[in-house]
Amino acid sequence: MRKAFVKTLIELAEKDDRVYLLTGDLGFHALEGFAEKFPERFLNCGVAEQNMMGVAAGLALSGKKPYVYSIVPFVTLRCLEQIRIDVCYHNLDVKIIGIGGGFSYGTLGSTHSVMEEMAILRTIPNMSVFSPADLLETEELFLKTYENKNPAYFRLSNIGQYEVYDKNPNLEIGKPNVVKDGADGVIVATGLMVSICLDIIKKIKNENNINLKLLSVHTVKPLDEKLLMEQISDFKKIFVIEEHSVIGGLGSIVAEVLADSGYGGILKRVGMDDEFLKEIGTADYLRAKHIVKKNGAIEDILNYFK
Amino acid sequence: MDYNSISKNIRKKILKMKYESQEGHIGSALSCVDILNVLYFKILKIDPKDPLNEDRDRLVFSKGHAAAALYAVLSEKEFFEEKILDAYCKDGSKLAGHSTRGSVPGIEISAGSLGHGLPMASGMALAGKKDNKNYRVFVLMSDGEMDEGTTWESALFSAHHKLDNLTVIVDYNKWQAFGRTNEVLNLEPLAKKWESFGWSVKEINGHNFLEIENVLSIVPFEKVKPNVVIANTIKGKGVEFLEDKLESHYTHITKEDYEKSIR
Repeated sequence: MRKAFVKTLIELAEKDDRVYLLTGDLGFHALEGFAEKFPERFLNCGVAEQNMMGVAAGLALSGKKPYVYSIVPFVTLRCLEQIRIDVCYHNLDVKIIGIGGGFSYGTLGSTHSVMEEMAILRTIPNMSVFSPADLLETEELFLKTYENKNPAYFRLSNIGQYEVYDKNPNLEIGKPNVVKDGADGVIVATGLMVSICLDIIKKIKNENNINLKLLSVHTVKPLDEKLLMEQISDFKKIFVIEEHSVIGGLGSIVAEVLADSGYGGILKRVGMDDEFLKEIGTADYLRAKHIVKKNGAIEDILNYFK
Repeated sequence: MDYNSISKNIRKKILKMKYESQEGHIGSALSCVDILNVLYFKILKIDPKDPLNEDRDRLVFSKGHAAAALYAVLSEKEFFEEKILDAYCKDGSKLAGHSTRGSVPGIEISAGSLGHGLPMASGMALAGKKDNKNYRVFVLMSDGEMDEGTTWESALFSAHHKLDNLTVIVDYNKWQAFGRTNEVLNLEPLAKKWESFGWSVKEINGHNFLEIENVLSIVPFEKVKPNVVIANTIKGKGVEFLEDKLESHYTHITKEDYEKSIR
């Protein structure tokens, strides 16, 4: 996803000299392509993320289109007040790129594995929150948000080779995408969980002949709630899964929408429990342990929908 | 009109807003009046009729809690009609206790939380350099803002990028919310701190119009360095019973004091 981001940003910067890339001294072996091509528009702001976000706001107030890059914890929570006031209160064209979403840097521990930021950022007015499932979603959402002038946050994963689509999905901002149709139940997912669930659904179809529908909620905010209801409310059971805290993330969002609608079925929310990591591990290890529940995922989902 | 009369008008407007709204932060507003006066009536290349002109000088008002002073000087400079000031801190009004961009013409940023103005101003100054524009960016900061980590992150950044089109003015009235700055969190030696971060520093009396005008007329002080003016000021300046008193941060003006002070 990081490669998709850099490639797309270079394309944008080639045709638009307002595009700037700011980093908090991270992105080694990733951002060099941009830095070499556009040295005047590449700013390594040093390990000073609060200033970096303020500088981005100042650039945007002066007609630039800054993209602010770092790994998730430092480009979100470290400079949260700058995001809230400098960027969102002023409603500026600042795009925030968080790399290493979820468990991507799991071996580095809880300082680097943020499970709360989508919940926090989605409560800030004017902010949009994107959590793309794969390279194609990342590219499309990037190009779509380039067209607008509002704040946005991208949660990107950089560990794992996940592919959901063979061809461009033609996404629209705010509209959950039906990755696969099915009549026996629905799974609502975001980020890398979409591709993981797609594999699980295929297996369940082959082995048990249960046909599940899968949604990718690439835009966590704003969300077309009416469309989401049309996509899921006919099912008696809904399963939501995300690599994020169960508090405030996609599970909470779906629960809010369903509760407001008077939905009478059952919702299961799967995500990270309300705790810090007690042990570290690779992203696959931690996903298996905390989210997909190693070897139990298929069984869990099967039992749920039976 | 001369500087003295203008400052007097601005102070009267501030006191009227503060009396009618019964809001605090009076001392913080009064200490920066003379600096704002010289900036708006002599230094800044601005046009009240074209407040968003791309080539304008920017005054980033970072000490947002002193908003009444900014509103007063903007009305004095005829960015908007004086009667708009009547809305200050009233229900349903846009004229908040902290200055907000878009509420009235002439306000560059929304402020209120300390230490946000300088990073944003650095971005504006950098954009000006990149675009080969001649505009200058001035930032009015409180001494309380010198406590914030962002101030020093930004001090590094602006010196590194040689932003000599950027000038910080510290309204150094030596009081912060809980006491004297040297008792709460000592800033001294403040000039040396800025110097060591690569800034060009001048120190002045922030109530002496000539000193203010002279120093702000010669920026940049040195090529390729950002500028800082440490303006020694008096909290509550111009209102005898408020001068150099911590209470001026919190007090509400009585009718009697109000009538006495606007004479």
